Formats: sequence, C-alpha cells, structure tokens
Amino acid sequence: MGPVALVALVVLPAVMGAALLLAGLHRGGQADRFGVHLGVGTAALLATLSVPVAISRPAVSMPFLAGGDLGLAVDGLAALVLPTVAVVSLLVLLAAAGSSELRTARFHGLMLLFVAAALMTVLATTLPALLMSWEVMGATSYALIGYHWRDQVGISSGTTAFLTTRAGDLGLYVAAGAALGGGAGLALADLPSTQGRWLDVVAGGLVLAALGKAAQLPFSFWLSRAMHGPSPVSALLHSAAMVAMGGYLLLRVSPTLAASGWADDVAAWAGALTAVLLGLVALAQSDFKQLLAASTAAQLGFVVLAAGLGATAAGTSHLVAHAAVKAGLFLAAGVWLEALGTRRLTALTGAARIWPLVGACVAAALLSLAGLAPLALWATKDAVLAAAWDRSPLLYVAGLIGALLSAAYAGKALVVLFSRLPSDAEAAWDDDRPGTRTVPIAARLALVPLAVGAVALGALALPPYAEGVHDLIGGGGPEPSLRELLVSAALALTALLATAALMARRSAVRWPGALSNWLFLEAAAHRLVVGPTVRLAEALARVDDRLLDGVVERSAGWTQRLAAAVARADDRGIDGVVRGVASGARGLGRLAQRPQTGQLHQYYLQAVAVLALALVVLVLVR
Amino acid sequence: MLSVLVFLPLLVSAVLLTPRVGDRLARRVFVATAAIEVLLAGFAWAAYETPKPGGLGLEQQVSWIPGVRSSYHVGVDGLSLPLVVMTALVFLACAVHALREQQRPRLQAALFLFLEASCLGLFVSADLILFFVFFDLSIVAMYLSISGWGHGDNARSALKFFLYTFLGSLALLLGFVGLYVAADPHTFDMVELAANPPLQGQGLAGGLVLGAVFLGLAVKTPTFPFHTWLPPAHSDAPAIGSAVLAGVLLKMGTYGFVRIAMPMLPDAWQAWAPVVIVVGVVSVLWGALVALAQTDLKRMIAYTSVNHMGYVVIAVGAAGVLADGTAEARGVAVTGAVTQMVSHGLLTAALFLLAGSMFERTGSYDISRYGGLAASAPRYAALFSVAAFGSLGLPALSGFIAEFQIFAGSIAAVPATAVAVLGILITAALFLRALQRVFTGPTSGLSVSFCDVSAREWAPVAMLLLVSVLIGVLPRLLLDLIEPAAAAVVALVGR
Repeated sequence: MGPVALVALVVLPAVMGAALLLAGLHRGGQADRFGVHLGVGTAALLATLSVPVAISRPAVSMPFLAGGDLGLAVDGLAALVLPTVAVVSLLVLLAAAGSSELRTARFHGLMLLFVAAALMTVLATTLPALLMSWEVMGATSYALIGYHWRDQVGISSGTTAFLTTRAGDLGLYVAAGAALGGGAGLALADLPSTQGRWLDVVAGGLVLAALGKAAQLPFSFWLSRAMHGPSPVSALLHSAAMVAMGGYLLLRVSPTLAASGWADDVAAWAGALTAVLLGLVALAQSDFKQLLAASTAAQLGFVVLAAGLGATAAGTSHLVAHAAVKAGLFLAAGVWLEALGTRRLTALTGAARIWPLVGACVAAALLSLAGLAPLALWATKDAVLAAAWDRSPLLYVAGLIGALLSAAYAGKALVVLFSRLPSDAEAAWDDDRPGTRTVPIAARLALVPLAVGAVALGALALPPYAEGVHDLIGGGGPEPSLRELLVSAALALTALLATAALMARRSAVRWPGALSNWLFLEAAAHRLVVGPTVRLAEALARVDDRLLDGVVERSAGWTQRLAAAVARADDRGIDGVVRGVASGARGLGRLAQRPQTGQLHQYYLQAVAVLALALVVLVLVR
Repeated sequence: MLSVLVFLPLLVSAVLLTPRVGDRLARRVFVATAAIEVLLAGFAWAAYETPKPGGLGLEQQVSWIPGVRSSYHVGVDGLSLPLVVMTALVFLACAVHALREQQRPRLQAALFLFLEASCLGLFVSADLILFFVFFDLSIVAMYLSISGWGHGDNARSALKFFLYTFLGSLALLLGFVGLYVAADPHTFDMVELAANPPLQGQGLAGGLVLGAVFLGLAVKTPTFPFHTWLPPAHSDAPAIGSAVLAGVLLKMGTYGFVRIAMPMLPDAWQAWAPVVIVVGVVSVLWGALVALAQTDLKRMIAYTSVNHMGYVVIAVGAAGVLADGTAEARGVAVTGAVTQMVSHGLLTAALFLLAGSMFERTGSYDISRYGGLAASAPRYAALFSVAAFGSLGLPALSGFIAEFQIFAGSIAAVPATAVAVLGILITAALFLRALQRVFTGPTSGLSVSFCDVSAREWAPVAMLLLVSVLIGVLPRLLLDLIEPAAAAVVALVGR
C-alpha cells in the first residue's frame, strides 16, 4: 500500500491533469462540467492519501538514468510538508470551483499538473527526480499565470516567471554535473560527500536554483509579475507550491550548504536581506495582491534564513504555517476581486466588513502575519530568529527588522480593510472587472480551515509539539526562550499599533519609487540581461547572414569568376598555344617553300651559303 | 532482416515510378509501406540482442567489391538501432501528413520511399563505401524533394543545399580513403577499422584524416560555421522534406561522429577533442542566439537545430577528454548524445510538420503576421506548445532526458562545458516568445480564418510527441539499448 500510494500521489494528479487538458481541447464545454468535479475530487483524494503516506513514510526508487534513479520517499521533512501541499491544493481548488471563469477543464488540468509537480518536488530524493518536477512546476506555473491567454500582459508575465526561475534552474543542471564529477552520485542525501571544489559548485547551483524559485533577491520581481494570474493560482503558487518549494529545497539540502562552508552563509544573508527589503517593498504597495506577493518573498526569506542556519525544524514550521496564512489571504483577495472588481487597497477600504466570515478569516491571517502572539507565524518566526541569534547578532537584527516590517505591512492592510465602509465605496469598485457582489459558498468553505491553520499551526514551534517536530525533521537550532517570545510579541504589537496610529493621522506617505516598483529589479534585469542578449542575438544574426552565409554565397560567385578566368586561360592560353603551334608550323611550312624556286643557279647559291656556314661553324668549333 | 528493412521501400519506390499507379493508390501505398517499416524496425528491436562491445547485432555480410575489401555489410547496435526506429517513425508521420498531397503525389511517394531506404541504409551500414553511397543518395533525394516540391526560392536553396553538403561528402570520402590506405590490411569494413584503428600514434596523418572526416560530418550536422545552408533549405522545403531533413538527415552527421570518427581515430579524436568541444559550445550558443533574432518561424526552428546538434557535439567532444574516474561520466554524455539524436528527430519533425500545416493555410511563416491563434486553432496550439516545450527541454519529454545526461556527463568530464547550459535558457526564451506572439493575445492577422488541424495533420504529430513523452517518462526503454553501446564507444575512444 505504502509505495503504491506514494507513486499514486504523483501519477494520479499528473495523469488526471493531462487527461483533463486533452478533454478540454474538445469544443462544446462538456469537459468543463466534469472537469471541475474531477479536479476537486482528485485533490480530495490526494489530501486523504497524503496523511497515511506521511505517517507510513514509504520510499520507492526506479531506475531512470545512469547514475541517477528516480527516487521518491517521505522522510521527516516531507512528512510535514506533503500533507500541507495536498491540503492547501484541495482548499484552493475548492475555492476556485466558485469562480465562474475558472470552471474549465483546462484550469483544473493545469492545476493538477502543477500539484503533481509540487508533490513530486517534496518527495524527490534524487537530482533527476527533483529537476524533473522542478521544471514541470515552472512550466505549469507559466501556463497558469498566463491562463487568460487573450491578455498579452498575462502571458508575458508567465514568460517572465518561467524564464527567471529557469535562469536559476540552470544551477541544478550544473550541480548535477558537479555531483557526478565529484563522485557523490545524484542522490540528494549523498551530495555533502561531493569531493573537492565540486562541492562548491553543487552548493552554489542548489542555492541559485532555490533563490530563483523562492523569489529571493535578486529574482524577486517575477513574483510581482505572477500577480497577473488568477487569484487561486497565486494562492497555491505562493503558499504551498513553487515559491514555497524554493525554500523547501534549501531546507532539504541544508547539510550540503553547511558542508561547503560558505553557501549556508550566502543563503542566510539572502534570506535576511529579502525579508528586510521585500518587507519594505510590501509596505509601499497600494495593490493588495502586490502587497501579499512582496510579503511572500519576505516571509520565504525567513525560511531561507533558517535553511542557511541549519535550523530545519524552525524553517519547516514557518513554511507550513505561512502556507496556511498566505493561501487564505490570496483566496480572500481573489474573493474580493471577483465580488468587488478591484484589488486596489484604497478601493478595498472597509471590504472586510462586508462579508464577516471572510473578514474574520482575513483578520486571523493578517494578525498571524504580523507576528502577534499567540498566532502561528509569531512562534515559527521566533524559532528562526533564535537560531539567527546563535549564528550572528547581525543576522538576528536583520531578521528582527524583517519581523517588524511584517507587522507594519500586515497592519497597513488590516487598517484599510477594517476601516468603516465609506458610503460611496461602490464608486471605487469595478476598476479591474465588473464585480459579482457575491461570495461563493465554496470559497467560504475553503477559507475557514486556512484561518484555523493561520492561528494554530504555531504549535509546531511551541512546546509541547516543538520537540516532536525537531525529532521528526532533525537539524539543530535552539528553542526560543520565553523572554524572546514575549519581547517579539510586544515588538510586533507595537509596530502594528504604530502603523495604525500613523495611518489614522492620514498623512499620505509618498514611498520612494524603488520600493513601490520592487527595487526596479525587473527594469534592471531588462537593461542588464534581456536587452543586451537581444541586441547580441540580432548582431549575431546579421553576422550569420552577411559574413558566414555571405562567404558561402560569394564563394559561388568566386567559383564562377574563377571558372570564367580558367575558361579564358583555356581559350587564350592553352588553346592559344595549340593554335600558335599550328600557325607556327604553317608559317614554317610557308618559309620552307620559299627556297624551292625551281631555278638551278639559286640552288647552287644556297649550297654555297650552306657550305660557307658549315665551314664557319667548323672553324669556330675547333 | 535489416536488408528487408532497407530494400523494401526501394522496391516499392521503383514500382511507384511506373505511371500506371494512380495518385490515390500511391499515397496509400506510401503510408502502408512506412507503417510496415515501423513494424519491421520494431521486429528488429525485438530480435536484437546486445552484442559484445564493438560488435553488431543482426549482422549480414555479402561480398561486394572484394578488390578493395569492401562488402555489403550491415548490422545494428545501441547507437544505430534507436535511429533506425526513429527514422521509420518520422517517415510514417510524413506519409500520413502527405495523404492530401496534390502535387505529383506518386512521384513524391516514390522519392520519399527512396529517401527512407537511403536513410535506413546509412544507419545500418557497416562498410564505409556503403555508408558513403547511402550518404550521397540521401543528398540527391533531398535535393529533388526541395527543388521539386518546395516553395519560394526553392531552386536556389536546393542547389545550395546540394552543393554544400555534397562538398562535405567529398571531404568525408577523402577521409574514408585515408582510413583505407592507412589500414593494414587495407579495408573499408567499419567493424575491422574500429577494432584495429589505423593511424594510432601518427599525429599528423591521423589529424588530417580526422580533419577530413570531421569537416564532412560537421557540414551535414551542421555545426557552426558550416550551418548556413540549413535555414534556406528548411524555409523553402516542403513540410515533409523539412521534417526528414531535420529529423533524420542531420543525424547522419552526428551519427558519423560516434560510429566512425571516435572509434576509428581515437588518438586523433583525443588530440582534437578540445576543438570539437569549442565547436559544440559555439554551435549551441550561436544557434540559440541567432534563432532568438529570427522573425520567420521556420528559420527559427531551423536555427534551434544548430543549437540542439551543438549539445551532441559537446558530448562527443567531452568523451574524448580522458581523465581518471570520468569514464562513467563520459558514458553518460555519449548516452545523452544518442538520446538527443532520437529526441531531436521526433520533436523537430513534429515542429516542421506543424509549420507545414501553417504554410498550407496561409503561405506565411512570418511570426508577426499571426496573433491569438489559440482561439481559432486550439488543437494546433496545444500540439505546437507541447512540441515547443519538448524542444526547450521540458522534463517528461525526451529532450530533457537527452540534455540532462549531456550536461551532467559533459560537465563532470570537462567542467568548462557548463557554459552551454545557457543554451537551454535562450531556447526557452525564443520558444516562449514565439508562442506568445503567434498563439496568444487578440486573434488578428492571418490567425483570423485559420482552421484547426485535421486528423491527418494532428495524428502524425501526436504520434511523434507521444513517443517523445514515452521516452521522457520511461527512459529505461531506450537507455537500456543505448548505454552498453555508449560505454563501448567511450572504451574505444579511450584507447
């Protein structure tokens, strides 16, 4: 049962997803009707299946490539993350079923493929298995972000996401080569034993790939673009798949990072910097989804920081708790976008009061995000911070600033969403699309368990469960002391209240353009990478046409000219000689005729002349 | 067995030349013969048993020109059998695609069956003269296909193709003669030449012979800078001509590396491996970047072939750089190279058949004249997307299996080859850009009245893509065949 169920967790959604996509190609829309049911049903099956699999922890391996099997297994780390991915996927698909534009076989097919890839990423024990799921996840995210393909912006955002994350993925290809070269083989668990300088390449490649997927600096901008996708896509992509998988990979290979002696520091600092800078970016956003997106990168910063510190248990708890928080928030943003037709924060003033259940769930998630005690992210983040303090006070300070910023941007959203509903609120709505003014029951059903998670999952990092999580996952890291916990809770509350107070004074803040524009990262990527590459490509194409092909084309002309020259030489030279010989012979013949006059006295004269000549020669020679 | 495989299409081709055969019948005979060829190739696979290293399976030898010790000698191993099967599949796809051919279908069927015979003949040849004969026959047949059934400036493109690759084949012949002269006793037999490589330890002579062989194969592959015949040949060739040209004919070049150059000239190959690697890396990056700059869909696909064949060249080059403990990695690289030949054959043939369907409808490959095509032709869009993602190396399709092994093996053997991974990023960029411009956005331009593909158009493409997915998901089916042969080549080139 165990291994079969394990394989089914990947194969079932993959096959079902592919089948739905194929069925969706037939016009008429019958596929759409059963597509939704099959999509949600499959996800429910996966969620159910994931729990016993996580408990029985089976492992399978099948021969795949030379030196690298296709290995899937549940270890302690996967045991916690696997049900998270499966359950969040189910809730997201359930919520999506309430959205009319997403009730298609294509959407559910793509989502199932996406989920299959995410689940396989969680389970992968070898580099080929990991890379396989990793890249399929990127490709399906492309198709999902560009789901509304009639909209050029959407599809180009998908392209941005795929290309940016694939740029990071190149690290995995190189890491695989280095692992082979360093004699470690392609199993993830064996990577720390890579020999010599190869280990540096392996660690560097893994960090590059993970930072790309986790939208850490400098790759963060693709996450902003990914907001063009449907909200349920964001809800899954940000919480339990894709972005989360970037952090997950680093948690999984954290021993390799440590073994390299430098990659762990790089990861820790990349995470801490992202937590701070993207926290600032989140604070500066005026679009709810963009705020949440920047917050995702910042929160994943804590996970990446934890992986760099070797605090795997703390990082995993944060990853799992954040999944519940962020999935709920994105679903709520999607609900409002659909119902009110807007995602601008100012237009959403008081939105949380319209549907109390949605409002309550959002409040739970945002307060958790702010780090308020005793909610989930408060405890998990402090577990990460405690580990940071152990390594370097500087890292701790950076992490703490990141935590305060979380409180600030969550507070900003809270204040706006829970303000009194303006009497003319409706005038500001419907700028994105005409709103439906209703919240589907499916979405409400999905929000509640996520809100519960956002409140309660902090238990993973608190006694009495924290020890169990530690034992399950392994990895060092100290527990946060009670004082640390209380101080951080107080700080978070202060930051939250300060934000609220500042906003109450209604002093409109003009944020620097760098912050509202995501540090101009996308512009920089265009200027430094995309633009030069395209110009180089065009220049090379000209060289190809004019020089390389030009030489070939001209060589034809040269050959013709050479042939003409040879023909001329043939005509005038070789044939000229022949003709010369002929005409010479003719001339000589004519000359030879001249002495034959038939007159005897002339013959005598010739004989005398010849004799005289012979005499002269004789005299001269002797 | 193999002789039936080679001579059946030749025989049918001869029958089709008689004018009494009707057009309808000719098209069907083409499909039937191609299908039988696929079955025969399948039987050959079933009957094949891995031979001892350096040997061939399903061998057959008949005296032919005993004066120069050249014989009709055929056989297959893990390097050639996958290509034989791939060739049969590509021709079947072409035959189905050509079911509605209006332009002299009888002659076209005869020509393509002749071409199929020469392609299969080349892959099963175990004698250099035989190899060369099939090599040149394929050039002649392709020339006739482009000039007789092409469009645009096809006469000129066909001539350019013919002269360029024919010139390459002359260099190849020169190299073959060099091998013959240097062998003791003189022979053209490929198995004997690989078993007792001539010119070992003779740096200059070995280098010159390898130079001639390499030049001939590099033109055919094609590698930078000998690739400029490829884009015009493709853009003016008929759909099935392009599919065979890119799918099968290009493989003759790369197959020559693993079959002839490496095992028969190991010393010279080792000496010149760094040059081979550089040629491969430049081909990868050059092909990808120039493809990125194209505005013509078919030219773009053509340039990606330069990129994809570049990976093969890198892998075979890396196999020539010997170092302790890298034999396994070099084996992985060569396995990847052979997988790439198969994978590229399937995926590029699919892409070119799809490009052909586009040209049939609108007469234009200009990317900028399309937009939102997914609305008018969803099946077409889906097939094209899958083929494009396969071509950019997405896992679950064969390209990933090939490229992952090429990279992992090559980087482990020669770390500097890591720079070539940039190629898969650029390829991703160019395919996504093309998908975006042709298929998404508001439906406009030539997309408006574009009717979706019919069964005779999508079925062959779907077949090729399915095989690619099969390799991508269950690669052992193919790799169990290739790996022993790849290990044998690595051992031979390491002498």
